[in-house]
Amino acid sequence: MGDDEMKTIYQALVDIVDSEHVSNRPEELYIYSFDLGTAEPHPPNYVVAPRTTQQIQEIVRLANREKVPVVPLGGGLSLAGLAIPLKGGILIDLKRMDSILEVNEKSRYAVLECGVSQAQLTSYLSRHHPDLTHSEPGAPPTATIAGNVLIHGQGDLAQPYGFNSDQVNGLEIVLPTGEVCRFGSCALGVSWFTNHPLPDIGLFFGWCGTTGIVTKLSIRLYPARKIRGFGQFVVDDENLVPEIIGKITRTQMAEDIIAYSRAIPPFGMGLQHFTVNIGADSEKELEFKQELIWDDTLGEYITSGVGGYLGFTRGLERPQISKTSDYKKGGGFEYVGSIMPIEKYPECYRRGREISERHHIPYTVTGRCVGVGHSMMFAWTYAFNRADPRSIQHSRDALHETDDLVMELGGVIWKPGTYGQRIVRDRLDPNTRALMRRIKDALDPAGIMNPGNWEGL
Amino acid sequence: MLIDTYTFRDTIHRCFRCGYCKFPATWTDVNNCPPYARFRMESYSCGGRLWLTRAWLSEKLDWSEHIAEILYSCTMCRNCEIKCPLSFNINIVNMVVAARGEMIERGKVPPAVKRFLENIHVHGNPYGNARSKRGAWAEGTAIEQYKDQEYLFYVGCTGSYDTRASISSRTLGLLFGEAGISFGVLGNDENCDGNEVDKLGEAGLFEMLAEDNIERFNSLGIEKIVTLSPHAYNAMRDLYPRYGGKYMVLHYTQMLLKLIEEGKLDVSKGFDAQVTFHDPCFLGRWNGEYEAPRRLLRKVPHLRLTEMEKNRDSALCCGGGAGNFEIDLLGGSDSSPARRRVREAAETGAGVLAVACPKCLIMLEDAVKAEELEGTIAVKNISEIVAAACGLL
Repeated sequence: MGDDEMKTIYQALVDIVDSEHVSNRPEELYIYSFDLGTAEPHPPNYVVAPRTTQQIQEIVRLANREKVPVVPLGGGLSLAGLAIPLKGGILIDLKRMDSILEVNEKSRYAVLECGVSQAQLTSYLSRHHPDLTHSEPGAPPTATIAGNVLIHGQGDLAQPYGFNSDQVNGLEIVLPTGEVCRFGSCALGVSWFTNHPLPDIGLFFGWCGTTGIVTKLSIRLYPARKIRGFGQFVVDDENLVPEIIGKITRTQMAEDIIAYSRAIPPFGMGLQHFTVNIGADSEKELEFKQELIWDDTLGEYITSGVGGYLGFTRGLERPQISKTSDYKKGGGFEYVGSIMPIEKYPECYRRGREISERHHIPYTVTGRCVGVGHSMMFAWTYAFNRADPRSIQHSRDALHETDDLVMELGGVIWKPGTYGQRIVRDRLDPNTRALMRRIKDALDPAGIMNPGNWEGL
Repeated sequence: MLIDTYTFRDTIHRCFRCGYCKFPATWTDVNNCPPYARFRMESYSCGGRLWLTRAWLSEKLDWSEHIAEILYSCTMCRNCEIKCPLSFNINIVNMVVAARGEMIERGKVPPAVKRFLENIHVHGNPYGNARSKRGAWAEGTAIEQYKDQEYLFYVGCTGSYDTRASISSRTLGLLFGEAGISFGVLGNDENCDGNEVDKLGEAGLFEMLAEDNIERFNSLGIEKIVTLSPHAYNAMRDLYPRYGGKYMVLHYTQMLLKLIEEGKLDVSKGFDAQVTFHDPCFLGRWNGEYEAPRRLLRKVPHLRLTEMEKNRDSALCCGGGAGNFEIDLLGGSDSSPARRRVREAAETGAGVLAVACPKCLIMLEDAVKAEELEGTIAVKNISEIVAAACGLL
């Protein structure tokens, strides 16, 4: 791109938004060239922070005219490099679009702009609608609701209600050609209360921002139980984890079930811990649920000495405070997430631990039950020291090996980066792949949307 | 590389940019970091500042006026340090101060910062006003020059020169006189306390100011100081001891509370208004004093104290800290922290926004005008509220 052309695009962006929320200066280009994980940086040519759907529409139309890539950015916390401008272009920081537009208490949904953060919604609901809650992921509080939904995230109500992308009632999207479309009941001009029973579109989840920019969405809300807390349970045999998850899910009494194991602290190394979130509206209900889970369901492990109950803590930390990035006092971590059959937990743990140890990284593995035992999100986390290139390279290598492991174990890589996308793509059924290509070409004929992702279909 | 000698070279990379630092304790929004609230670009977030600092010191980015403005737009409100859950959080602000120090050592600062520091060096105040006019605010009052009284009333640059803030200074002098305490001021002999100079990274000039003030205080036998400004309170209480200046330092709200509790001030005339209180950063987050102003306000009859949602260690900074009340890198927009803050105050339904800092006073009063809230909410220093309750105004 020539200097004149770049000046023209810059000025056009200023005309669309304003001069304070458009930049082509080295400082903004530098900051927005990075993901927080191990991915190599790539700078955009422009950064823009719009406030309205109409501004996004105009930016996308400009990009089409000028054949310039567009990269939408939410909280920027996928850690998989999904919003790195691999081919430059216009990076759209969507976080200024942060209005909570509606909360419907009776039909239990919230309509949000795409920049609303997890913590913002949690805080808003607790102050204005304390009887309602949403399925909040374990991501930092700046993670956006829309970003998490679009990558098929999971939250602390995943056990009863599944993926966060299963909990969407409607979307407003700026298509890659600039039209604004709505999906779900809102497309009929009525309220945003359901995504069914209209024809399934399914064009925007999991596409890594290559098929459009979600500007508004409606998500389901759920009863916020008056008492919430978590119990902890531990076994030393990883082979027991799938059956234990199966037994707990059978009770249908848990809001969230997470199994994890990690090398630090050393006294916990090799043990398989469970946190089981329980919600109740009364002490009686809580007591009943506790008795059912810990005594009736897991009592056999406790009495036989293979498992231990570590107690129940009242209150959930929402949003969660994570210190994972500072494990190595190095400011960095990245993980490979996967959607796995639950029965794969033991092998996921063993093989992941081997990879970590091979790269001299204390191992951390986590499995969150999604649905009533239908699958789990299993993650292998690799901390690194941002000031040490060798440490970053070790983590990067471990991540790639883990992507390969996911495929070997019969899982599906969750929110894959470009390496993961390639190995998923290469295994895709050819007809599926061809259909995806046709969809992508139809939606984005100029190929401007987040190029470098889901390429070569 | 510059990073090799940078004080925090072993720490600065530890910021993950998770963004906790943008929030208040209530997680209401991401607007509790003043520069981020103003510009809403990641470069202006706390993490952005640290990553850009590291990039500049590692020679991955050239110095520019823009990177300097990004660093100098931080008001040092310490919201980031309160919210960051990681163990290096105690040095986040120091990392920015040290980076500013690196820029100053190379003579690379924004023109407004240079002017601010130059004015303090030459005139003893950031406004460039004459030293010989510093004591003019007290003309026509009964306030005496300090000789050997019990307390030094340290007024500070803003309380001395700013027309609006000087009303607070005179009112406070009136209250001290009414309470019969023994106090005096330095008038034209007063010098800048240097708090902002320290936060702007000009360590050499700060040292000169601190030593000059300490020498003057010691030569006059000063042992007890009461300050109008939380900024001066911070400098004298927390920074001067490093240079041997050890005094009993009180912020004026602590002093007024003491005087009311001792029965030396009679507030029985009361103050009939709904009032919300804005915590100043250098009293609250920097020195942990959240309650004295509130206890004081609660002692005033008919005053109904209402809290803003963001209060105490979650209070949104007015945007004036670290010299920004004059350098003004955050003004000029309805996203400016002061304008956000007065909207938050007005949302409480309060008719009065009480402040305890002359810089907050002028920042927020200007914001009330910009937001056209003049008929809705009035900004008053707590000294003015107490004086009214004593029947002195």
